[in-house]
Amino acid sequence: MRVEGFTERNLQLAGWEIVLTTYRLGDLYHCKADNAAPGATLARTSAPSKEEAEEKAIRRAEELLLRTKRRSASKP
Amino acid sequence: MGEYAHPEAIVSTDWVSQRLGEANVRIVEVDVDTRAWREGHLPGAITWDWQTQLCDTVRRDILPKEDFARLMSRSGIANDTTVILYGDNNNWFAAWAFWQLRLYGHPDARLMNGGRRKWLSEGRELTVDVVPVTPADYHPQCADFENRAFLPEVLAAVRMNSGSLVDVREPEEFSGEILAPPGLNETCQRGGHIPGARNIPWEAVCNPDGTFRSADELRALYAAHGIDGSATAICYCRIGERSSHTWFVLKYLLGFPKVKNYDGSWTEWGNLIGAPIELGPAQWEQGQ
Repeated sequence: MRVEGFTERNLQLAGWEIVLTTYRLGDLYHCKADNAAPGATLARTSAPSKEEAEEKAIRRAEELLLRTKRRSASKP
Repeated sequence: MGEYAHPEAIVSTDWVSQRLGEANVRIVEVDVDTRAWREGHLPGAITWDWQTQLCDTVRRDILPKEDFARLMSRSGIANDTTVILYGDNNNWFAAWAFWQLRLYGHPDARLMNGGRRKWLSEGRELTVDVVPVTPADYHPQCADFENRAFLPEVLAAVRMNSGSLVDVREPEEFSGEILAPPGLNETCQRGGHIPGARNIPWEAVCNPDGTFRSADELRALYAAHGIDGSATAICYCRIGERSSHTWFVLKYLLGFPKVKNYDGSWTEWGNLIGAPIELGPAQWEQGQ
């Protein structure tokens, strides 16, 4: 099977930039959501449609990103 | 790729596509997200799980020698097999696997430039088929720690202000604003960086398509931060895989003679009692 329709797009989610990568392989669309920096994968989903795969990945990524706390980077 | 110090250590996606199924070539996918391989992988590729197959699963350490030999053997890799490594995130954990193969003296390991992402973006063939593997005889060398830094060496480098510490995490991790990359579990008690470290995030070495930048660009990037190969470079990140990617760049693409991966990285240093920590941007950079 050949990879078809490979796309990447950046979006803001819960105050962080993510990269959404989607492609089709056979009958399934695969999607993964990475934090834009450093690029770690937050969610990986598969679905019969691109929209469904992306929606599930975004939802899961958002859950995880909301847990990240920003701290002071100087001594209190 | 001829401009690199060791061009034999990387191969292109084209090169790999022409060698699928060759007898003495074993293609191994090593992903951060271990589900990626099951989704689809290069024809004939096997996979290694960094969480269970590339580490000691009891204590925190690299794969013990006996387990390494067993992994190679079960993977159908003999001492003279060409091992092609690739993975997601522009080869983070593929580089981690490469680093361990070198520690145990495997002579012919190579990274597929651009990793899984480049292969996908080029619309190449993927399969979900699992190939049967015939075990091979494998005899690893004793681990050579020339390429690995342990805590005492890093402490000494800080104390004596010797060596060059290269922190390859993101600026927000480096400054202490966040303890782990966005969305990942926090696995250390303190944020910040090792005093004296330069901050050169791992992705600075990559082109937009995930391949490595040219040797001239890489040399200029590190020279701007005072890293020129004259002193031992010690790379670190959070758990040691992003830094193995930078270790690969400094060692194999630029040919610096003394480069070590500190795989204890921030999850060791940031949990130590009494270890010195700097917060904020790099003080070395501010003094320039």
